[in-house]
Amino acid sequence: MKYVIIGNSAAGVSAVEGIRSVDKEGEIVLISDEPFAAYGRPLISYYLLGATDRSRMNYRPADFYEKNKVQTMFGVRAERIDPDAHTVCFGGGNTTEYDKLLFATGSRAFVPPMSGIESVPERFTFMTMQDALDLEEALSPEKEVLIIGAGLIGLKCMEGILARVKGVAVVDLAPRILPSVLDAEAAAIVQRELEARGVQFLLSDSVARFDGKTAHLQSGRTCAFDILVVAVGVRPNVELVREAGGTVARGIVTDECQRTDLPDVFAAGDCTESMDVSSGTRRILALLPNACAQGFCAGVVMAGGERAPEPAIPLNAVGFFGSHILTAGSYEGECIAETYPDRCRRLFVKDGKLKGFILVNEPERAGIYTALIRRGTPLAELDEALLCKAPCLAAFSEKARAEMLAREV
Amino acid sequence: MKRIYVNEKWCLGCHLCEYECAFAATGLDDMVKALKGRPIHPKIRVEDAGEVHFAVNCRQCKDPVCVRRCISGALTKGEDGVVRIDREKCVGCLTCVLVCPYGAVMPAPDGHAAMKCQLCTDNVCGEPNCVRHCPNQAIVFEERA
Repeated sequence: MKYVIIGNSAAGVSAVEGIRSVDKEGEIVLISDEPFAAYGRPLISYYLLGATDRSRMNYRPADFYEKNKVQTMFGVRAERIDPDAHTVCFGGGNTTEYDKLLFATGSRAFVPPMSGIESVPERFTFMTMQDALDLEEALSPEKEVLIIGAGLIGLKCMEGILARVKGVAVVDLAPRILPSVLDAEAAAIVQRELEARGVQFLLSDSVARFDGKTAHLQSGRTCAFDILVVAVGVRPNVELVREAGGTVARGIVTDECQRTDLPDVFAAGDCTESMDVSSGTRRILALLPNACAQGFCAGVVMAGGERAPEPAIPLNAVGFFGSHILTAGSYEGECIAETYPDRCRRLFVKDGKLKGFILVNEPERAGIYTALIRRGTPLAELDEALLCKAPCLAAFSEKARAEMLAREV
Repeated sequence: MKRIYVNEKWCLGCHLCEYECAFAATGLDDMVKALKGRPIHPKIRVEDAGEVHFAVNCRQCKDPVCVRRCISGALTKGEDGVVRIDREKCVGCLTCVLVCPYGAVMPAPDGHAAMKCQLCTDNVCGEPNCVRHCPNQAIVFEERA
């Protein structure tokens, strides 16, 4: 059996582990256009912050590829696949055959057309190690930075560079920061925290046009800067599957075991759509934990094993300068909230089930809530009042607790 | 493998396991000197709910969700089955805290990493100190299915 994996980040690496949990001998070829061994991609902001360094960013031990008998092709871009011939083509007319193929191609930074952007001398995106290295070279204490996008990528970038530049301003079309992760109340807490550190937010606004190192905003304000970072969002890398005739909606469409509708072709991670069980909708969950779970499952199934797919839900663990924001699921239904000036716990309950939560600076034991969302546990089976005060196992029945604590899990 | 299991009906709620856990981590030989007047940060926590008491620490899961979800590769499951965290690689994002269904991975007191029970394989005790000193065998270290 010969497996070919395109992509060497969380989903690709996890697929190697999934394959090897079933098939110790089959040939594995891993193709990646990045010229490095896998690194924890979300660590690029921690790298700029100085909280990690390149030697510690390796996502797996140095002997990972050798130990798992993976033939790596780093710095090579897959250009086309032929699903009938079961081949992958890359530069120079070379091809490789596969029995099973996985797309773990991830996503890329999206730079929308913006008037005058070509006149900006120093502009960056923030997705890859190379992006972080390029940005790092431009940083200096006398420079002002403008970040377009107050989402996870934009704000983690801000955290990474704030102490290394003169100032950071962040523009977002949404009226609040982290619009896809937080609701208005939680966002206000985090925004206050960041403003106290000197970050300037320009919300409900966008850039009308750039003129060199000046951004003219829709509101009429102007913003002078030296370095521009565009972090408005990501787009899934789906082109090879689409060109080969595979079904692509928002992302590559797969079944729950990550099979595409092309024979022997699988897809996992940011390039795919997932069923979000917290909202009951299909969406792209471009998040590392999700990529890992899908990659592992794909690997097992490619190798002929069986694995119950894990229900996917949005999960975010993010923080700035020591704060901790943990969120999961969808913010639907009744909100049970405890809000303080510097922290909050917001639980979202619908149809007698926990659907989502936002915990700002209250991280302890959040996973107990996450498991309730993922499993769709009816809250009637639990001591709901106790659970709303804090995540705890005391809220479960003695029998349920024994299942968790008195046997192998 | 041998794991820590909870016999809930025997737990007195004395919290001694928490002190023994914190003590084991210090590497000192006098508990009073090691802990007196200091806040403790144990990796086993007793829950008290009225008459019900029980200790919770890492289950050393067969298929640990924290390991698979870690963004930095800091969490691993060793060949001995113990789930370990490499503090040097951990960036303290707390994804592991977000996904552990038992609430058994916790922020470390320095705020820069997570921490968890490693069955005292990471200190001089070698075997779980909490179990050794539990006065009522409410936690045990043994093989179970």
